[in-house]
Amino acid sequence: MATEHVRTHAIDMNSILRGRDKNSGQNEICIKVENLNLHYGQKQALHNISMDILKQRVTAYIGPSGCGKSTLLRCINRMNDLVDSARIDGKILLDNENIYDKSVNVAALRRRVGMVFQKPNPFPKSIFENVAYGLRIQGINDKRTLDETVEEALKGAALWDEVKDRLNDNALGLSGGQQQRLVIARAIAIEPEVLLLDEPASALDPISTLKIEELINELKEKYTIVIVTHNMQQAARVSDYTAFMYMGELIEIGNTNQLFTNPKKKQTEDYITGRYG
Amino acid sequence: MIAKWFKTGSPWIWLNAAAVSACLIMIIGVLGLILVRGIGHFWPTEVVRFSYQEEGGQAKTIFGEIIDSSDTPAAIAKMSGFKMADDEDVLLQYQIKTGNRDVTGADFRWLQARNIQQQSLPEDIMVIERREWGNFYGQLVAVKENGAMIASGGQAWPVAQTKIDEALSIYGEINHLEKKEVGAINYRLEQLRLKQKSLELKNKLDETAKSVIEAEKTQLKKDYEQYQTQLRALYQKIRGGSLVAKTDGAAEIEIPLAKVVRIYQPNKMNLFEKMGHYGKKFAEFLAEDPREANTEGGIFPAIFGTIMMVLIMSVIVTPFGVIAAVYLREYAQQGFTTRLIRIAVNNLAGVPSVVYGVFGLGFFVYILGGHIDRLFYPESAPAPVFGTPGLLWASITLALLTLPVVIVATEEGLSRIPKSIREGSLALGATKFETLWNTVLPMASPAIMTGLILAVARAAGEVAPLMLVGVVKLAPTLPLDGNVPFIHLDRKFMHLGFHIYDVGFQSPNVEAARPLVYATALLLVLVIIGLNLTAIVIRNNLREKYRALEG
Repeated sequence: MATEHVRTHAIDMNSILRGRDKNSGQNEICIKVENLNLHYGQKQALHNISMDILKQRVTAYIGPSGCGKSTLLRCINRMNDLVDSARIDGKILLDNENIYDKSVNVAALRRRVGMVFQKPNPFPKSIFENVAYGLRIQGINDKRTLDETVEEALKGAALWDEVKDRLNDNALGLSGGQQQRLVIARAIAIEPEVLLLDEPASALDPISTLKIEELINELKEKYTIVIVTHNMQQAARVSDYTAFMYMGELIEIGNTNQLFTNPKKKQTEDYITGRYG
Repeated sequence: MIAKWFKTGSPWIWLNAAAVSACLIMIIGVLGLILVRGIGHFWPTEVVRFSYQEEGGQAKTIFGEIIDSSDTPAAIAKMSGFKMADDEDVLLQYQIKTGNRDVTGADFRWLQARNIQQQSLPEDIMVIERREWGNFYGQLVAVKENGAMIASGGQAWPVAQTKIDEALSIYGEINHLEKKEVGAINYRLEQLRLKQKSLELKNKLDETAKSVIEAEKTQLKKDYEQYQTQLRALYQKIRGGSLVAKTDGAAEIEIPLAKVVRIYQPNKMNLFEKMGHYGKKFAEFLAEDPREANTEGGIFPAIFGTIMMVLIMSVIVTPFGVIAAVYLREYAQQGFTTRLIRIAVNNLAGVPSVVYGVFGLGFFVYILGGHIDRLFYPESAPAPVFGTPGLLWASITLALLTLPVVIVATEEGLSRIPKSIREGSLALGATKFETLWNTVLPMASPAIMTGLILAVARAAGEVAPLMLVGVVKLAPTLPLDGNVPFIHLDRKFMHLGFHIYDVGFQSPNVEAARPLVYATALLLVLVIIGLNLTAIVIRNNLREKYRALEG
């Protein structure tokens, strides 16, 4: 009982610190990218990128294939650490803390910055265990806490009604769209501050895509979301801010409405009107 | 036309199919041969009574089982010194198992078919399986107890049966007392002696300790005396009875009941009796200790030793190989060094197994074992404990031998886990180790099991290195028994593979033991199949559970 109490308390503290309070969190900067350069071996993949990502907003990265949008996204939770040849300079500040600082615990960072990948990648375990995975990693094994958190996360990912009767079935038996929502549930179960979505709907059918988009709309109430997408209509539908990237450079970032209706740069206009890319 | 046929590709298909069939035929041939030869051994063969007259000799009666026959062309027979008549094309000879080694000095003889004047299957011929001197073939005359005849003629047979059953139960009791009870006392006495010596070496043997040990010793000796009295009485009882039997040479022989395993009259048995006899013999083969320099009786200790060694080897090789593979694949910087290590590991798989045996003997037994003895068992000196070949060293040597297989298979399995799964786990805040432990290794477990299956198949069939590091012809005790600490890794053990070699090539009576070679080979194959099937079932379950992402 005692630990549970402490935990609830901790969550409250966190939500206050994260500025979940609607009024205070309106235009706060959550992530600040400063002069970020990334090289894969000799090849430079990101050129001097700087941008602000606002709290509890959806920011979309658009651009042609190979423009570096996924690479930039993977910088935010240091997934590029896994690539041996990647070399990074510049800063990414998360709540004013440089995540590339030597003192940063990468695992702890990734707990704060969750990620959902292009292809659904559930673990070959039960639905329940998939969602509980991140909690178990943190050493939470209390049955009641797990039950509650899993239910909450599945509800949060709009999957609960579909799977509540078969939580112990293998997650690989779900459909692609369900798997992707399960992966989102898995990510939000550990209550991150930021959710990175790397083309989350590109492997899904239109109905599943719609569900994911609706979900993104709901999730932004609680989380700061960065989404990479190929699909400009999708970016227009779900995002508050859009960044257009081209050849490893950030060409333009702005309010989604403004960027799609009245782009400042010629390149952006060419891209969104379909002249290339 | 031919060129066109070649172009269609059918010659290739035929060639491939032929290769596969050739493999299949060979495998079936091997299995069929050992099956037929091995399984047939326990069937009660009829004992034939021959009237046999060699040229210029007297007519003789011979009892025996027909084992084999051979045709020798006349020309060759002549060269070997046989007299051949002009109209004879071949010399037909029968190999007869006549038994009665104590009387005639040989178990087998060859009879020339042309000299056999008559042959019949008298119902009163009996076979006595004995604890020494092999089978006896002859006719039962009488049953004696303490020198006095208690049955003869027609009554002899049923009386003999009951007497033998009695003797067998007494024999079982004696065996139990000697092996289990007295064995345990001896074991504890030895432990006490070692304890005393160890205290002496540490200069801690004061009067109280001494008196405690002495008291225990006295108690054990008292128990021992008690068992000895029991044993003496049992021996007295079993020594009294004997069977009187007539050989084919009409000599009368007295065989003590204590030496008799069973008697039967094969010519009198019907099919069901024969089947019952067969079942009993086969069960004995599986469950009993060997007799007569391994040429008779069962092979239970060898089955037990083989399985135990394979299990211990698996327990050692799996974690070791998996950890090495994980380091190589997941942690080590891929480059020249890892490539070199991989080549070295693959080449280790090609080193002749006897070399591992030599290494095991030189390093594990003498160096490691010697040091362990010096450090932990100074009280047993000069007798070695671990400084001598034994189960532990045999298992470790085989673990080393099969390590490459497990490493290669595990690496293969690890490399097949999709990157997305690892990323998914890392993105949830798991460290690399947590990802490996919670997700990657479980998913790679079917591959690890595949490695283990290959390792088990190889280890169970290995003989050469075992001869150097722990297998013996006859182990007096199993490596697992009721004496603390129950598993005795320092003990020598028996092994099916070595048993085949020993029975087939080292036994004093190779001819008599040959069917046993086949039967043992059959069992070795069955044990390996059994072990593998178990592993395969486990693997398939794991596969089902960790079915990788599809599409």
